[in-house]
This record gives sequence, structure tokens and C-alpha cells, in this order.
Amino acid sequence: MTGDRTDVLPSIGDQHASTTVIPAVPAVPAIPAAPSGPPVPTTASLEAERVSAWFGQRKVLDRVSLEMPAGRVTALIGPSGCGKSTFLRILNRMHELVPSAALAGEVRLDGQDIYAPERRLTDARKAIGMVFQKPNPFPAMSIQDNVLAGLRLTGTKIGKGEREGLVEESLVRAGLWLEVKDRLKQPGSALSGGQQQRLCIARSLAVRPRVLLMDEPCSALDPTSTRVVEETIQQIAADVTIVIVTHNMQQAHRVSHQCAFFLAAHGTPGVIVEHGPTDTIFDNPQDQRTSDYVNGRFG
Amino acid sequence: MTTMTPSPTTGTPDPIDPATGTAVPQTHLPAYDDDAPPPLPRPGLGKPSPDERFALIGSWVAGAALAWLLTQRLLPLAGLPWFLISWFVVGLVVTGVTAGITGGMTEVKDRVAAGVITGAALVTGAALVSTVVFVTMRGWRAALNLNFYTSDMSGVGPKDNFDKGGILHAITGSGIELGIALLITLPLGIGTAVFMTEVGGKFATVVRTVVEAMTALPSIVAGLFIYTVLIVALGFPRSGLAASLAIAVMMLPIIARAADVVLRVVPGGLREASLALGSSRWRTVWHVVLPTARPGLATAVILGIARGVGETSPVLLTSGAAAFTVTGPTDGVMNSLPLFIYTNVRSGEPQAIARAFGAATVLLALVLVLFVVARLLARPRGNRPTLRARLAGALAPNRAAR
Ligand SMILES: Nc1ncnc2c1ncn2[C@@H]1O[C@H](COP(=O)(O)OP(=O)(O)OP(=O)(O)O)[C@@H](O)[C@H]1O
Ligand SMILES: [Mg+2]
Repeated sequence: MTGDRTDVLPSIGDQHASTTVIPAVPAVPAIPAAPSGPPVPTTASLEAERVSAWFGQRKVLDRVSLEMPAGRVTALIGPSGCGKSTFLRILNRMHELVPSAALAGEVRLDGQDIYAPERRLTDARKAIGMVFQKPNPFPAMSIQDNVLAGLRLTGTKIGKGEREGLVEESLVRAGLWLEVKDRLKQPGSALSGGQQQRLCIARSLAVRPRVLLMDEPCSALDPTSTRVVEETIQQIAADVTIVIVTHNMQQAHRVSHQCAFFLAAHGTPGVIVEHGPTDTIFDNPQDQRTSDYVNGRFG
Repeated sequence: MTTMTPSPTTGTPDPIDPATGTAVPQTHLPAYDDDAPPPLPRPGLGKPSPDERFALIGSWVAGAALAWLLTQRLLPLAGLPWFLISWFVVGLVVTGVTAGITGGMTEVKDRVAAGVITGAALVTGAALVSTVVFVTMRGWRAALNLNFYTSDMSGVGPKDNFDKGGILHAITGSGIELGIALLITLPLGIGTAVFMTEVGGKFATVVRTVVEAMTALPSIVAGLFIYTVLIVALGFPRSGLAASLAIAVMMLPIIARAADVVLRVVPGGLREASLALGSSRWRTVWHVVLPTARPGLATAVILGIARGVGETSPVLLTSGAAAFTVTGPTDGVMNSLPLFIYTNVRSGEPQAIARAFGAATVLLALVLVLFVVARLLARPRGNRPTLRARLAGALAPNRAAR
């Protein structure tokens, strides 16, 4: 990418021959990793190259390429059903949970393809965390156990003292510590929706991911909780690469450094129409459709 | 802006623009009258009006009188059953007629349908209550003696009085047989349910169909199966273990099916959240799915136990009946509560029959306790108030009311 120019994609028709289909691999239970503390967080860049996706016979993404640079916030925008969630789920191998799903192309974390046969599925998901649209804390666990759930679920063992430190650190980073520090033993489902979503962010951060994917994390929240979550995103962006799907143009404008506009014209798979620095996408886009969308004229 | 009296619904009215003479649209702020009496809830909201209640009670009283006249005086249909049946029919007719006086066809249908459904509920309830009352009435004299629970029937004849002998051996036997059956069915049943919900696929559908069909398996077939395989073909003696296996065959599909239903309602979002953290599928099941479904799973298990504890025919064929306490599952014949009831009722001696009803009372109480426990466990965990919170609420009534 160069300077303040946005890139219009895709360049039609030239990559068709090299597109190969990798059938979705069923989730294989992994052998738990050798006990070790959570790795020190380092940001990583994420790069999707010519990603196509199918559900059964239906193609929903067509050769989508996007670079998500380390330590930056990338926002994915676009009308409903254009494949933003599908693209996001491809980035941490959640796509293949759908039995009929297939995909082609590469997703590279710091230059290494996460779909390479020798890479373990669980390692990719550990390095690339995800926050969902609907807050989903584990109801059978306390707030503290929710934060530590990632360690327990991946078989990572850490000392007791370290554990308390990690809980506090993750909750502080998620902007929830002050509200829950006196009731860490209470069930996670006893929090408000906004608090639950921040708890889910803390849960994702506790495994020290290098990338955090967020699928409309604020769409179930009130304006105040939304603001807190947005502040959280801005604070953690320095050490975690963030990709966020949002329908809220102001939010995309506020939190992201770069933006990608997805569009699926009627009956065709979704593509990226245009991507580039957020300000440029909003103020000076090259494609008329982008300009229409960000100004609320369609979608 | 002119001053105008605020109305409660619109607050301050729109001011008039002096230049054009038309109202200027503006937002309204609510107005409250501080001197007005505090709002009182309307009485009887959502309840039938006195008229309706009067018509209802009156119709059924009239029905009773008419039915009595019909069956006891006019027709040769003396006796309570005929009276009850004709009361129900005549009562329905009178209800329909009274409803027709004030309302239309809809009213009539509504009242008659309500009458039919209430009647059905009453019949069901009456059947249940009369079973319990009948059994307890005939068994209480035997069941009220302490020795009924602390001694067995060794050396006690069927004609002996209630101060001798008891059902300790049957209770112990039932406990041991159920315990072993539970040891087998708990992991197997929940494992089957996990397979059906978490693995899925064609084979899981086949398993689910088989499990569903097995819930309807006649218990005598389960007994016959263990009897032919274990006792006839393999030559094992009749024993508590054989009975446990037969009970396990009965309990397994119940537990597996109930657990399957429970596991299927665990939100998929939780599984996804767990997988997205980098968890394997089995860790997800163990740390997320099963703990989330824990209360429901407990209910499933207790439903299975409640089914197994009362089964007679499997134990009839497989365990044999001892009059003394046996604690070894492989030490030959072992008694159990259903079997004790069966053999004693058939003996013909009044004392033995009373003992059988005493044991039946104990069995009923046991099943009742199990169901209450199941209901308690089935309540969602999050919003269950602790005992202390509930006590505090009960001791400080109406504090929030004023
Ligand atoms: N599990 C699935 N099975 C089949 N088709 C699916 C599945 N999930 C999504 N799709 C289809 O894939 C396309 C892209 O869906 P996706 O959820 O990625 O859209 P989206 O951009 O996230 O929309 P929204 O903004 O409404 O969340 C849609 O046409 C949808 O119908
Ligand atoms: Mg979506």
C-alpha cells in the first residue's frame, strides 16, 4: 500500500487459474501442549491472500486479499450477508466448523500459512482470538474462571500467584477490573451485557493472542458500554492486532486505522471493493459504491 | 409563551406562533400532580368477575342436583360412579347453557372446553392421589414399626405380627442393585449422549433412533435378555449382579435420551467460544458443555434411577428372592423392594400383604424424594436464591412494598 491511496480490488480475472480448493478439515482433538506459561505477547501481521469460501455449492467469498498490519485496527464494513463474518471466521479457522464449508487461498500469520498441513488447528486459534457478537461467558464458571478458561481449555498450566496476576492484568486491559474486582468468584452470567462482553474480551486476552478478531462486538450493547469497549480496543491495539466487523460507520471511523469495504452484488460472492486508510475510505474513496455506502446511501 | 394548564397526557401544550397563529411543534415534558392520591393497582385484574364465578359454581351445583335426581330417583342407576359420570355430563350441559344466556357460541365453546379439560385434570389427579392413599392406607400399620426398617425376614413367618421382621434386606438389595446399575449407566448413558450431540453424523442418528426405541423396551424383555444370556447361556447363578445388569438395560436409554435433550440445549455459542480459545473438542465437552448442562444431567440420572428402582420384571427373572440380607452382588439370590412386594402380595396371608403394602409405601416415598431432588437440581443455577437470601426475604416482608 502506498501513502493515502486506497486499493481497489479485485483485479478481475487474472488469478482464476491459481485458485485451488482446500476442503475443510474436521476439527481433530489435539494432544495437549507441554505445560508452559502463556507466551509473551508480540503483535503479528495477518495476511489473507486470494481467499475464496463456499457453503456447500454456494460461493460466498471470491478471491479476497487483505493485509492486516501488526498493531493496527482493521475494520471490515459492508452490507449484511456480504461475507464479513465468513471472512473473519476464516482468519482463525472457525469456518471449517460448518460441515459444508470449503475454502481456498492462504491466511498468513507473520508470513506462515495457518492452514498449512503441519500447523496445528488449536495453535492457530490460540494465536488468533475471537470475540463474538453475542456475549458468551461460560455460565458454569465464575468471573475469574472465565478469564482463566482459555488456559484451562488449552491445558496451559501456570502457578497460583501468576494466575491472580493474569486475571487482574486481563481484566484491566479489558476495562472491567474496577467493576468486578470485589466479586471475582461470582458467576460470569451475573454481569450486565456490556460487562459480559468485556469479560469475553478479557477471556480472549488472557491466552495472550497475537491477533484479536471481533465480530460486531458492540451490536448488542448500549452506547455507554459501546464506548467502554471502543476505549478498550484502542488501548489494546498497541500490542494486539485487531480486526473488527462493524455496521456502525462512526465506530469504524473512531476505532480503526484502516478499513475494508465488502460487497456482494446480488447473487454473486462477496468481494472487497476497496480498502485503505480509514480517513481516506471515508473522505476520498475511489469507488462510487464505497462512497455511497459510507455516506449511508445504500446497504 | 402563554401559560396553560398542563394535561397529564401531553404535558405542556404547544405554544402558538404569534406571527402565523399556528401551533409550533415541540417536545413535551411529563407533568405530575403531587397532590393526587398514589396509584393503586386495580383489583381482580386477570381474574374472573364475580358474575362469571357465580355462574360457574352455580352451574356445577345445579348439575350435581340434577344428576342426583336423575340417577338416584328417576333412573335405576344407583351408586357413586353413575352419579359422578352424570354430574360431569349434566354439569357441562348446564355450563354451556348458562354461558349461552349471556354470551355467544364462542363463550359456550370456551366454558365447555374449560370444563372438559379441568375434568380430565381432576381424573388424572384423583387416580394418582387414590393410588398413593390406597397403598398407604393398607401399608401404614406395617410401615410404622421401627423394626420394619431395621430387620429382615429371616426366621419370620408370613403370619408373624408386625413387631417382627422387616424389609431391610429388600432396601439393601435395591440399593446395591441400583448402585451397580448406576455405575454402569452413568458413564455409558452420558457418553452416549455426548456422542449423539457432539460427534453427530449418520451413525449418531442411528444411535439416537435405537436409544429412542429402547426407551419403549418392555421391562420383561430386558429381564429375559439378561436371564438367557447370563443365567441360561453362560451359567451364572441368579444374583444381585444379574439383576443390576437387567436394571441397567432399562435405565441406559432413559438416561441417554434425557441427557441428549439436555446437551442439545447447551448454546452453540459456548462451544464456539471455547474452540475459538484454542481448545480441543474433548476439552470443550469436559470443561464447558458438561458443566453447563450439569443440573439437567442430574435430572436425567435421577429420572433413570426412579425408573430402575421400581422395575419388577427384570429382577423377578434374574435375582431370585432371599428372606435374609445379602450384601455381595455375586453371592446368589438377593431381594429388592419390587420383588418383596410381588412375592408377599401373592402369598395370600393378610400380614404378608400388609407388609407388601408397607414396602410399597416406602418405595413410593423413595420415588417421590427422587423426583423432588430432580426438580430441585433442574432449576437453573444462576438465579437460584441461596437459602439465606430466601430466609432473609421471608423474614423482612413488604419492606419494598411501601
Ligand atoms: N452456516 C452457513 N451455511 C450456509 N450459508 C451460510 C452460513 N453462514 C453464512 N452463510 C451465507 O454466507 C453469506 C455470507 O454470510 P456472512 O455471515 O459472512 O455475512 P455478513 O457479512 O457477516 O452479514 P451480517 O452483516 O448480516 O452479519 C450469506 O449469504 C449467508 O447466507
Ligand atoms: Mg456477520
